[in-house]
Amino acid sequence: MRDVAILGVGMTKFGELWDRSFREIGIEAGFQALVDAKLSSGDLGALYLGNMASGSLIDQEHIAPLILDYSGLGSRHLEAVRVEGGGASGALALHQGWLAVASGAHDFVVVGGAEKLTDVPDTMANAIAGDTADHEWEAVFGATLPSLWAMMARRHMHEYGTQRTDLASVAVHAHEMASKNPNAHYRNRLSVDQVVHASPVAEPLGMLDCAPFSDGAAAVVLGPLERARKFTDTPIRLAASQVACDTMALQHRRDLTTLDSTVVAAKRAFAQARMTPKEVQVAEVDDAYTISALLALEDLGFVPKGEAGRRFAEGAFGPGGPLTVNPSGGLKAQGRPFGAVGVAQAVEIVRQLRGEAGERQAAGATRGLTHDLGGTGATSVVHLFERVN
Amino acid sequence: MSIARFWRETPRRYNLGGSRCANCGTVYFPPRAVCPSCAKHRQSLGRLEPFQLSGDGEVVTFTIVHDAAEGFEMQVPYALAIVRTREGPMLTGQVVDMDPREVRIGLKVRATFRKLRSEGDAGVIHYGYKFTPAEPSAPRPAPAAEDQIPTPAPSEPRGARA
Amino acid sequence: MDAGIVSYGAYVPRYRITPEEIGKVWGTDGNAMGAGLGVQRKSVPAPDEDTITISTEALRVALVRGRIDPQEIGAMYVGSESHPYAVKPTATVVAQAVGATPNLTAADFEFACKAGTAAIQTCLGLVGAGMIRYGVAIGSDTSQGAPGDALEYSASAGGAAFVIGRENVIARIQHTLSYTTDTPDFWRREGQRYPSHGGRFTGEPAYFRHVSECARRMFERAGTTPKDYAYVVFHQPNGKFPQRIGRQLGFTDAQMRWGLVTPYIGNTYSGAALIGLANVLDHAHPGERILVVGYGSGAGSDAFDVVTTDALTGFDRSFGTPVQQFLDSGVEIPYATYAKFRGKIHMGGG
Repeated sequence: MRDVAILGVGMTKFGELWDRSFREIGIEAGFQALVDAKLSSGDLGALYLGNMASGSLIDQEHIAPLILDYSGLGSRHLEAVRVEGGGASGALALHQGWLAVASGAHDFVVVGGAEKLTDVPDTMANAIAGDTADHEWEAVFGATLPSLWAMMARRHMHEYGTQRTDLASVAVHAHEMASKNPNAHYRNRLSVDQVVHASPVAEPLGMLDCAPFSDGAAAVVLGPLERARKFTDTPIRLAASQVACDTMALQHRRDLTTLDSTVVAAKRAFAQARMTPKEVQVAEVDDAYTISALLALEDLGFVPKGEAGRRFAEGAFGPGGPLTVNPSGGLKAQGRPFGAVGVAQAVEIVRQLRGEAGERQAAGATRGLTHDLGGTGATSVVHLFERVN
Repeated sequence: MSIARFWRETPRRYNLGGSRCANCGTVYFPPRAVCPSCAKHRQSLGRLEPFQLSGDGEVVTFTIVHDAAEGFEMQVPYALAIVRTREGPMLTGQVVDMDPREVRIGLKVRATFRKLRSEGDAGVIHYGYKFTPAEPSAPRPAPAAEDQIPTPAPSEPRGARA
Repeated sequence: MDAGIVSYGAYVPRYRITPEEIGKVWGTDGNAMGAGLGVQRKSVPAPDEDTITISTEALRVALVRGRIDPQEIGAMYVGSESHPYAVKPTATVVAQAVGATPNLTAADFEFACKAGTAAIQTCLGLVGAGMIRYGVAIGSDTSQGAPGDALEYSASAGGAAFVIGRENVIARIQHTLSYTTDTPDFWRREGQRYPSHGGRFTGEPAYFRHVSECARRMFERAGTTPKDYAYVVFHQPNGKFPQRIGRQLGFTDAQMRWGLVTPYIGNTYSGAALIGLANVLDHAHPGERILVVGYGSGAGSDAFDVVTTDALTGFDRSFGTPVQQFLDSGVEIPYATYAKFRGKIHMGGG
């Protein structure tokens, strides 16, 4: 397996993109990444497209050739594959892209992620999101995705003393970072009090503990590291790409306060990259719900189990610290177009490691991590990135 | 929701019919065809027998849902819990017949039979288990013969009834 | 007849609303309405309860108490005027939910408030003929009164299940007979949400005539007079009608006491006389005689002459809730919650 580098990145704004169609946003992100990589579409071997629910959201399955076609590449007969794994679809697409280049199957591939959540009413989007949990044994009995995370939060508070305000600090941090991100869905700052008193969704989680439904697309171009310098002065090596799964339903997990899939994916990733958590300076973790970010930080190995709430509230993860978390604003504030999220996380990390993150820059960062989840943790995907010089 | 897909599960949803691995003794709900606990999964094929859960359990965690799941809009706010049953498996379900604010970790509950949702005014009505605060219950009726779990090895004889 | 009641169970939903609370919304003196009807409060089903769930709960209790294998049930009939489906019997879902399927016959009954008693008669026939071992008769309702109508103060929810058989009978049904006519006192046309009624016509020509004529015929058949009975249960659309007919026929308040449940939980329609009978059985001793006279609009009356047996002593009621507890307890709700629960508030687009 050869080393893989990220040669180019691109993304649309995330938000309510009423005037933009699925095709349009997919193409915009893809071309931005190609231009950034100084590649021409003729060089490409394949497209891997992360998307969670195009069938339910835009009545269109089989969307990979659709994006390929509207990118002008239909008649070139490239390989194009849609990848789905709930909210982890984008990261899974990245994993497929990495495999394709690492194995030598292709030299240059585009990995994209796109989702149009505002094309359906909120109630329907909620139900579709809920279908990434166990439909037959959770959703049918009244569970929504936030309610399942809320139950994890309740248990975490019971076992480790995590406070409501600890959860809120995750959202406050996300918005603080997103205020510096021109692509973010929400750029307003929040206070802990606002988050705690927002309308309840599933207690203890309220409206401001939960990521919004957003439209958006992101893309990265991958190629072999050995040829990367032809295309970029700042090749970023994809040092690890790992996927781990777990039981579908939360009720069947070993421990309600641990994402075992994240623990395993992270261990495998750090082993693959020959890195330790301490060496990571910037991380984009899944904060679809404030509790998800806390569990992620614990289960990725950044803080001991039970400690993430306290540490977050103390401001341990802002820029200037040893680990900057979600400098993009995360899913919470940058936005959550499900299939695009995993790719957008990679876009942010690459920009951070290149030193191109402007006001959001984690100074001197050379190693980064992304973490993306499907459902309540039935899938975890962890990627590690390293600046090579 | 699909008619057949819901109908197929009524022995589980109405009666809490689970399964028990005859090889290692682990109880499952919903029933399984392969036992995840057995060291050699293959040893469990054809040996998952119907097992009737009592419906007694304890709340392990819970939430109060304000933003309802599809079909549950008229019931908000409702308490949703993960319940550990007396026999071992955990289930997800609403806790009803009490003030949601009084649900707590450790609350003893028993399963009851309630309407889950219906497909509008003209569609089929779906029923299933919810939980009420309770004292221990007596044994449930045993599952009927046709509730046995289909196995992936059709040449094997069907397991005995629980 | 040697067949009779082998086991029974009742269920009444948890919530209650008072006539006073209802009256506030319509500008009526609810207290006076309640006093006039002899109804102190009525039961209200939760949004996730219906005749199917109430019937299932009552029958589960009966089966556990009687230690009855549901596979031994040969027939199941549910009588109600609020079956959740107009076509697809309540009895099929209840039968599945208690594990009685597939070897049984089942159907739903409708005869206003006497559908449950009619079901008992049918089970007696099947058991007596030796066609089945156990039959299940359930009377259960989540009846509604039109908003602002007098019936709104009394129409409530609840049900009782009776297992009929010949073995371990705790109360033998010695005689049963009926009095049936075409009398349009109270009805509901197909597709209509709420019933209609003939006002004062529902009294003398309907309830009183049928109940008294049926009772008299039973006294004749059984060779009895009121004093031969320890208890009497009448259908009870309100708290007043049964007391009036009871006194007219010659019964004392003491005899009527346990069978009168409507004042505390409202009129549970097909459940009413059966919940009353369940309460009597909760309090009765072996060797006591009970007269039950049900009534259903449309119209008809079913009477039962019942005598408790020695087996009643060993009958284990520790599972399930005593009827008295349903009568004495409950959580009061305001009209707005009641309207939400009863679907009087319509969600759009449905």
